[in-house]
Amino acid sequence: MQQLLQELSHKMTPHAPPVAPTVSVPLTGVGTGMIVSNVTKTYGAGEFTKQVVQNCSFTIESGKLTVMIGPSGCGKSTLIRLLAGFERPTSGTITIGGKPVSGPGLDRMVVFQETALFPWMSTYDNIMFGPRARGEDTPEMRSFAELLLQKVGLDGFRKKYPAQLSGGMQRRAELARSMINKPEVMILDEPFRGLDAMTKRLMQEYYANLYEEFRRTTFFVTTDIDEAIYLADRILIMTNIPTQVRAVIDVDLPRPRHVEDITENDAANAIKMKALGLLHEEAMKSFARGSKAAADFIDAYARRMAKE
Amino acid sequence: MVAAAKALSTKFAGFVGGDDFWRGIVAIAAFLIFWEAGSRSHAWFGFSFPWVSQVPAPTAVLQAMFKLVQEPSFWNSAFLSTLRVFEGFFAAMVIGIPLGLAMAVSRIFFGITFPVFEVLRPIPPLAWVPASIIFWPTQELSIAFVTFLGAFFTIVINVIGGARAIDVRYFQAARSMGSSTWDIFRRIILPGTLPSIVVGATVGVGITWAVVVAAEMISGGGSAGSVGGAAGGGLGFFIWNSYVGGSYTQIVAGMISIGIAGYVSSALLRKIGNWMTPWLSEN
Repeated sequence: MQQLLQELSHKMTPHAPPVAPTVSVPLTGVGTGMIVSNVTKTYGAGEFTKQVVQNCSFTIESGKLTVMIGPSGCGKSTLIRLLAGFERPTSGTITIGGKPVSGPGLDRMVVFQETALFPWMSTYDNIMFGPRARGEDTPEMRSFAELLLQKVGLDGFRKKYPAQLSGGMQRRAELARSMINKPEVMILDEPFRGLDAMTKRLMQEYYANLYEEFRRTTFFVTTDIDEAIYLADRILIMTNIPTQVRAVIDVDLPRPRHVEDITENDAANAIKMKALGLLHEEAMKSFARGSKAAADFIDAYARRMAKE
Repeated sequence: MVAAAKALSTKFAGFVGGDDFWRGIVAIAAFLIFWEAGSRSHAWFGFSFPWVSQVPAPTAVLQAMFKLVQEPSFWNSAFLSTLRVFEGFFAAMVIGIPLGLAMAVSRIFFGITFPVFEVLRPIPPLAWVPASIIFWPTQELSIAFVTFLGAFFTIVINVIGGARAIDVRYFQAARSMGSSTWDIFRRIILPGTLPSIVVGATVGVGITWAVVVAAEMISGGGSAGSVGGAAGGGLGFFIWNSYVGGSYTQIVAGMISIGIAGYVSSALLRKIGNWMTPWLSEN
């Protein structure tokens, strides 16, 4: 990937005038995605062993948006750390583009729940951080940064510092800052958590737009079923801890998608009912094991079923 | 820039008319009246207020100050003290900031230097005066050295604290985007520590003024004292000299000059600090 980028930037003439932001940047469908096979992760030893991930297998298909949804505390964050390479699986393998993952790498970008924008840099400088860190402050990268600024609606805020941006703007800036590095796989860990309902919806629209424009291979973790259906090409429904894939649901709704269409679409509602049913079963299991978090979900599910 | 100036002027205009402004005026006026009445209590009321009656009245101090500002020797003293403060403070910044950063970044370096640093830190700068007079070849250097110590420890402690307090997520984010160690130092650690450096410098310069005056008093005003005449050895020496000469109004005038000088240097540093850390102020 790194080599490919360097070759690309060599091919482009260094003294070319700044390219208009509408110029398309070759991004789509690089690599062969990620394959997780028979991954198990346990913490501790002896009597205190806790198995978090058990014999888990799935693929993050190239050029597709894979959403993972599961009961809270099921081990999603552990899976993200494994995919990112911050931790190694106890057994099983994770490969990216056919090569095994052995640590953090530039081929994967992780966007976490909390923003980690650098407070001392403007929006533009934050977005250009990655390219500059690798000595790629080229006209191409600059025009790509322009394009991303427009796509996330921060064109007028390029000189503002993160503290001067709203919560939603900060998340968008962070998405752009990851996107510019053109990773083979983008990994997003509940990126819109903690935003109010209106902002969250706006963010989902921005994000869907961004994805539909570039079609980067993406792994998106959420606990919000509506978000999952609106964004996903494929949904992985996870079991209770120790987690593995319970079911894979293909979401073949046409793109570009609009939030209003999704709420009225019959196919989308069918997917939602199926997913909720599976999640309910998993919630019952974790409730039986004493999880308090699952109780709220079960209550909500029961009320919903009573209404229909 | 124009907008900023406008905002500032409206802010100032708002302050001038406001409640806080009038409270401030009343407080200062009351303080001055009490002081004037206290120091003239024997003449006005026929009995002496304790303590306050020994202090020259503000009107008398004002007269003395008016005379002083016309004398070149006073300005020479003020200049000498300012120069020493600047020398000591500058040296403390130049040595303290890299040292603090190195101590924060390297566990090994920290392990070696911190114990020595922590033993030396509690020693008051003034306790160094006799030793530094012996060690340094000139009085001037001895005073500058003691001044340096006043700011040095504060700056180092602030730099270490500031660099350590940088959020781990910034390092992770930078690493995952391909930053080298040098890049992380230059673009994460340095700007991340800057606010603490500013705080350390602002506090440090205040201590520097406190130390320089005392050092001048103890050491007899340094080698320059003999050149510029009786009041030629810095503001500290000037105050001491006024005391020896029995000119009490000059003592208070000297004290006020130091207060003003300290305030001006802190304000100046705060201004420079704000300019260097725009992400903290612009909201």
